[in-house]
Amino acid sequence: MKNWLSPRSTAGIVLIAAALVALPFVLATGGQAWVRIANFAILYVFLALGLNIVVGFAGLLDLGYIAFYAVGAYAWALLASPHFGIHWPVWAILPLGAGLACIAGVLLGSPTLKLRGDYLAIVTLGFGEIVRIFMNNLNAPVNITNGPQGITLIDPVSIAGFRFSGSSEILGVTLSGPQKYYFLLVALAILVIIVNLRLQHSRIGRAWQAIREDEIAAKAVGIDTRNLKLLAFAMGASFGGIAGGIFAAMQGFVSPESFSLIESIMILAMVVLGGMGHIPGVILGAVLLSILPEALRYGVAPVQKLLFGQILVDPESLRMLIFGLALVLVMRFKPAGLWPSPERKRELQPEKAGG
Amino acid sequence: MDIFLQQIINGVVQGSIYALVALGYTMVYGIMGLINFAHGEVVMIGTLVTITVAGLLAAAGLPPILAGLGGLIAAVLCCMALGWGLERVAYRPLRNAPRLTPLITAIGMSIVLQNVAMIAWGRNYLTFPAFLPKANFEVAGAHFTAIQLFIVIVAAATMAGLMLLIYRTKLGMAMRATAQNPAVASLMGVNIDRVIAAAFVIGSALGAVAGVMVGTYYEIAHYQMGFMLGLKAFTAAVLGGIGNLAGAMAGGVLLGIIEALGAGYIGSLTGDFLGSHYQDIFAFVVLIVVLMFKPSGLFGEKTGDRA
Repeated sequence: MKNWLSPRSTAGIVLIAAALVALPFVLATGGQAWVRIANFAILYVFLALGLNIVVGFAGLLDLGYIAFYAVGAYAWALLASPHFGIHWPVWAILPLGAGLACIAGVLLGSPTLKLRGDYLAIVTLGFGEIVRIFMNNLNAPVNITNGPQGITLIDPVSIAGFRFSGSSEILGVTLSGPQKYYFLLVALAILVIIVNLRLQHSRIGRAWQAIREDEIAAKAVGIDTRNLKLLAFAMGASFGGIAGGIFAAMQGFVSPESFSLIESIMILAMVVLGGMGHIPGVILGAVLLSILPEALRYGVAPVQKLLFGQILVDPESLRMLIFGLALVLVMRFKPAGLWPSPERKRELQPEKAGG
Repeated sequence: MDIFLQQIINGVVQGSIYALVALGYTMVYGIMGLINFAHGEVVMIGTLVTITVAGLLAAAGLPPILAGLGGLIAAVLCCMALGWGLERVAYRPLRNAPRLTPLITAIGMSIVLQNVAMIAWGRNYLTFPAFLPKANFEVAGAHFTAIQLFIVIVAAATMAGLMLLIYRTKLGMAMRATAQNPAVASLMGVNIDRVIAAAFVIGSALGAVAGVMVGTYYEIAHYQMGFMLGLKAFTAAVLGGIGNLAGAMAGGVLLGIIEALGAGYIGSLTGDFLGSHYQDIFAFVVLIVVLMFKPSGLFGEKTGDRA
């Protein structure tokens, strides 16, 4: 902790904090839509860091991470909406959502942890699809999830009578709904980052690293691999559950469409593209991959008009095309991710020279 | 009982398609240890190319069967080129990269191919032209069509051809050697680059055949059709033991049968609590259960730690 307090680090932290505080006001000049994009970027940072515990630290390839996000989102949606007429406070639902997601993580983890690598990947993928299919179909004969229509009119986050939706005035500054959520999300993200940082260098974090590098050796030195892998699953899942709850409250609407396999894959792409297991890298990956499609959404059509005088190609598909190409190119030229941890970079060096 | 038989027939037909696609996954995985997520998209491109080429040939006055054959050949050639290109451009530079890197590349390629297809063929459902006569047969109370018969026969013939290639030719021997140990195989004079390229090309050709079958069977095609098909086929490959050719075929057919039976009987088994729209769940539930008891698939050998 000592080097944190060096003048350079302090200056850095102050600068970042100032930028984070100023950001929603700068973005709001371009419209609230931009603040919402920033909110989603932070939500993805949150999710990517949660998945980073599972994939980056413990080395377990999880392709169904979105299922836990879905559990958290539906927990909030069902317990704070007119759908069942229940309106629980945030203090009850958010821990409950995290707890349910955690249980889901353990349920998925316990029978599958003896699977290796890609077998685990496909099982988690299957689990994610199962959760989504149930959410899509649990509207008959008993209507629980309202099927593909999803649940609407979900309560926003509200702490001690302070609602996070709609604009309100705090200390003479008028804050819009998205801007208030922005600060809530930043606070939560900072919490996750601290948890991640502390975990990484803890006894548990080192044990995870040992499992990731060589499971048999880890077992041989007395690490309880089964419980530690379960713990990784459970912790990752809990973060997913919390993010899901916030997502439901922020959107006011959830439907199974938001929890498809492609979302799991996107979050994994954020982790890998940024630099697996390296916290700043993962944050960078999440911010880039969540903003890039949105930036392209606004950029692709005008650029086409400028170049060719008309819209030649459907902007929506062109945007995803560019996105896919970006994934391929980054992996081609930065195989360890955009910002890999120094150790990982070193590991890769000799192989590069040989190949 | 005839419903049971009927579901088995439907399952075998669907399963043969899964098996053909699963072979593409399992060949690449067996040799490189890579989940080629873009394989489903190769199948989709095969279907769409067939529609275009067969449509052109039919417009030129060819009889439907010949137009269909022309479409099939064009699709196979197109997909082989595509598979070769994918390997060359996207995967070969990553041979020594961390394990998850090529996975993300595969996902990126899958997104690219889907959107290229959407730009080229549009976002609407396309009708797949009918090449075969709509004849019906009846055996022991169960019905099947000429199309179903055609699918099973072509799938069986293709797989027999593949087995001959793998077990009776020099290239096949090189592929098996590379799958066992690439370093030693290359010391024995096997050209690893050529073997990997061959695995992609052959897998894509099988995928193209499967794509034509899907089109013929459902008479419809769409730029997103490859995704779920690829997912199911990959599940089938894992079910059989990934990396194992016979396992992929068995896994595919088994998955098809399980799905058909599941969709047919789930309503009466659960007292109509769960309906047939839960069909897609079976593949995954069976997969999870099988892997709990046989962690390397039904026919997979115990492999080393790849993670």
